[in-house]
Amino acid sequence: MSRHQISVTVNGTAQRTEVDARLLLVHYLRDELRLTGTHIGCDTTHCGACTVLLDGTAVKSCTLFAVQADGRSLSTVEGLELGGELHAVQKAFKEEHALQCGFCTPGMMMSAVALLERNPTPSELEIRQAISGNLCRCTGYVNIVKAIQHAAADMRAARHTPAYVPVQETAPARG
Amino acid sequence: MIPSSFDYLAPATVGEAVSLLRAHAGDAKILAGGQSLIPMLKLRLAEPAVLIDINRIPGLGYVEERDGSLRIGALAREADLETAAVVRQRYQILNDTTAVIADPLVRNTATVCGNIAHGDPGNDHPATMLALDATFVAQGPGGTRRIPARDFFLGLFSTALNEDEILVEIAVPRPAERGAGCYLKLERKVGDYATAGVAVQLTLDVAGGCARAGIGLTNVGAMAIEAVRAEDFLRNKPLDDATIEQASEIAASEADPLEDRRGSADYKRDVVRVLTDRALRLAASRAAGARIATPLPFTYSPSQTALRS
Repeated sequence: MSRHQISVTVNGTAQRTEVDARLLLVHYLRDELRLTGTHIGCDTTHCGACTVLLDGTAVKSCTLFAVQADGRSLSTVEGLELGGELHAVQKAFKEEHALQCGFCTPGMMMSAVALLERNPTPSELEIRQAISGNLCRCTGYVNIVKAIQHAAADMRAARHTPAYVPVQETAPARG
Repeated sequence: MIPSSFDYLAPATVGEAVSLLRAHAGDAKILAGGQSLIPMLKLRLAEPAVLIDINRIPGLGYVEERDGSLRIGALAREADLETAAVVRQRYQILNDTTAVIADPLVRNTATVCGNIAHGDPGNDHPATMLALDATFVAQGPGGTRRIPARDFFLGLFSTALNEDEILVEIAVPRPAERGAGCYLKLERKVGDYATAGVAVQLTLDVAGGCARAGIGLTNVGAMAIEAVRAEDFLRNKPLDDATIEQASEIAASEADPLEDRRGSADYKRDVVRVLTDRALRLAASRAAGARIATPLPFTYSPSQTALRS
């Protein structure tokens, strides 16, 4: 059995640790980093409760080894909130009542975030296809789809709001 | 579930990976997308002593047309096929196929070459590659060799790859001017293996008849099956109803399914017949120039109208 030094950035924070080769990424996140928002559902690559973003791409963290994430960047549901402000997708899930038991919700939201980064104006079909790897046994998906449409609209509106632009230095620093 | 212990090696070149495979002959597995391998490790259906991760090898993720063929590198993901413009333009059968493999999260990681090298009769690309008359490039200690798709699948999880060889590229010949295909699959739910799947690639003659047909069948035998008798039957025939129906009957007779929870052997053969019929018509329309989008899987019905045709 081999052990490996890995460096990963998780929700913007650099982490460095030694792992067993067979340590699954989801176990690294939950057991070592105590980021238990990422859930383990089926453990057989079906349910998507363990969905995280690896360099911005949605993947099932129960079907990757932690060692494979070496040198890469991870986002989990804990990283969606910024400075006490919920992400548009989180707000929309709350407002549209897109969860009942909540078990699938972190994975569902990570898939939604990945979709909306790539496609700000998804159709209902595109939304349903994007979450087809995330199983929900409570809601029947209707409110989840509504929430993602709601978040898409909010995110588009936010993009059209003039962004904060830092004041440029007028003269280069001399040294 | 936690896999058995293994040593993890991440070579920087294909040559190095081949040397490692040779050094650990029979007790090593290549880790590419890992979307079939890691579940098997977790269920302890596979317990290799060594995993050789090829994901750190640069330059293997390509999907590009070169010298009259579409080249798919060892690390091209299923999602790369979905987004490649050249695939949408000329190899729509590959879009159809990738769209019904597992789910989008799996497709972000899973590789096309892995879908072939795994040798699982339930995988979808093997039938498509048979229909497309693709060639697989294997790299071993003595260099590379080219294996036609029809010589590659030997049985259940068994392929023509030697223990010290890696599938490094799939080469799909560029379809002729009036050539197109499609892949149709019946599945019980999103991400399921096929109850049956049918890949058809047609080349039409100037009169709209069949100059050449490639037909591959998924999950109705110990390995993907090329329906050679149906292909021969179709050659130089007009694609009228009678011919299509007869060809579909022949393809069904070439299937060799087993009864399981997805249905009886007779049922699956009949699914092959129906899907072959539909696939021949869809491929012929596309080959005649119609732009017809990737069909939704037959289980998938967000608004009920989407499936009616």
